[in-house]
Amino acid sequence: MIVKLAAIFFSMILVNNYVLVKFLGICPFLGVSKKLDSSLGMSGAVIFVMFMATAVTFPIQIFVLDPAGLGYLQTIVFILVIAVLVQFIEIFLKKYMVSLYNALGVYLPLITTNCCVLGVAILVVDDYGGDVATLGFAWAYIESLVCAVGAGVGFMLAMCMFSCVRKRVEVCDAPGPMKGLPITLVAAAITSLSFMGFGGIVENLFNVTL
Amino acid sequence: MAQEKVSKVSILTNGIIKENPVLRLVLGTCSTLALTTSVSNAFGMGAAFTFVLVLSNVLIAMLRNVIPAKVHLPCYIVIIASFVTVVQMVMQAFTQSLYDAMGVFIPLIVVNCIILGRAEMFACKNTVVDSAIDGVGMGIGYTLTLLLMSTIREILGNGTWLGFQVMPEGYVPIGIMTQSPGAFLCFGLLMGLCVWVEEKLDARIERKIGCQPIKDLQEGEDNK
Repeated sequence: MIVKLAAIFFSMILVNNYVLVKFLGICPFLGVSKKLDSSLGMSGAVIFVMFMATAVTFPIQIFVLDPAGLGYLQTIVFILVIAVLVQFIEIFLKKYMVSLYNALGVYLPLITTNCCVLGVAILVVDDYGGDVATLGFAWAYIESLVCAVGAGVGFMLAMCMFSCVRKRVEVCDAPGPMKGLPITLVAAAITSLSFMGFGGIVENLFNVTL
Repeated sequence: MAQEKVSKVSILTNGIIKENPVLRLVLGTCSTLALTTSVSNAFGMGAAFTFVLVLSNVLIAMLRNVIPAKVHLPCYIVIIASFVTVVQMVMQAFTQSLYDAMGVFIPLIVVNCIILGRAEMFACKNTVVDSAIDGVGMGIGYTLTLLLMSTIREILGNGTWLGFQVMPEGYVPIGIMTQSPGAFLCFGLLMGLCVWVEEKLDARIERKIGCQPIKDLQEGEDNK
């Protein structure tokens, strides 16, 4: 079982990377990756909020929406819960953890309308909601939390890698119309190409089927 | 409110060319990159997106004097999420295969920055009719860009267009174009082409990626 958790974690980072393979959270990936420290801050905030959001929305889906037959309200409920949660985290950090707030605070308002947070909340329900019946709630809950953290770490890896790539791209002399954003997107294409090499690695490494 | 009366036609074309949401404003990149693998996906996404944008624009314009300024964002999100749920249910009922292919990106229309951006920039200060026209224009601009990109990607990556074989028999598809690197590459080259055309027409604008909070953050960094 531990092996399966490790496999989920690494497959979220390498094979199903949220940014480069699934295209969730492209705005911050291109917008905030100019400097290494700001991309670290942003992805730290994303990991934190993804974990909290999944920890709250997964039980809501299993214990409130599904028994009441309200599965169709998922989108509305999740986005409101995430918006409230981000506000709450911001207020809480400002009051009690000032140093953490100074590091992550500026990035928190970006996260409410960030598709990777809502995306991870919906995808873990799709992927691991079925495991509640077979493996029990506790185990499915742990799986979904590991998946959320893995997705966040994958986001961090992509952001940090890309901010280093970007430093090189910015000094090079691109053809006139390609300067700026277009050449950055082409660089992202090559970064994404490198992640395709990880296809199948996790299944073979841990000898499990996901 | 603007003093000069803006004509309805210019509101409509504004979204298609001058403020094309994808290529000029660089908004809603996630769904653009993810759903241009095939023309049918792009068409489905464009239709769903236009539906949500027009109806949310209309409703927000109707309620613009009722919604308190302090809680405007949650109100907009609830309105948009309701229409997204409608789209979700309709697509699940009538176009199951398209619904499965688009997956998580249908609920993610809620956090698409184009819709929220139009609500904040346009619908909350304009009349119902103007907002509806703006929604239609933006929707057409978005759909056309998606169709253009998916046409390039599907023909090169699969040799087909909307499922029909268009390339000659001996054509070997460039598989990578329908996978994730192809999306970035195609988007980058298309944007480069768009900038080139702008330079010829002397209408170049500075592109800043993403929604308003990200732009504010970038400006703060640049001023440091």
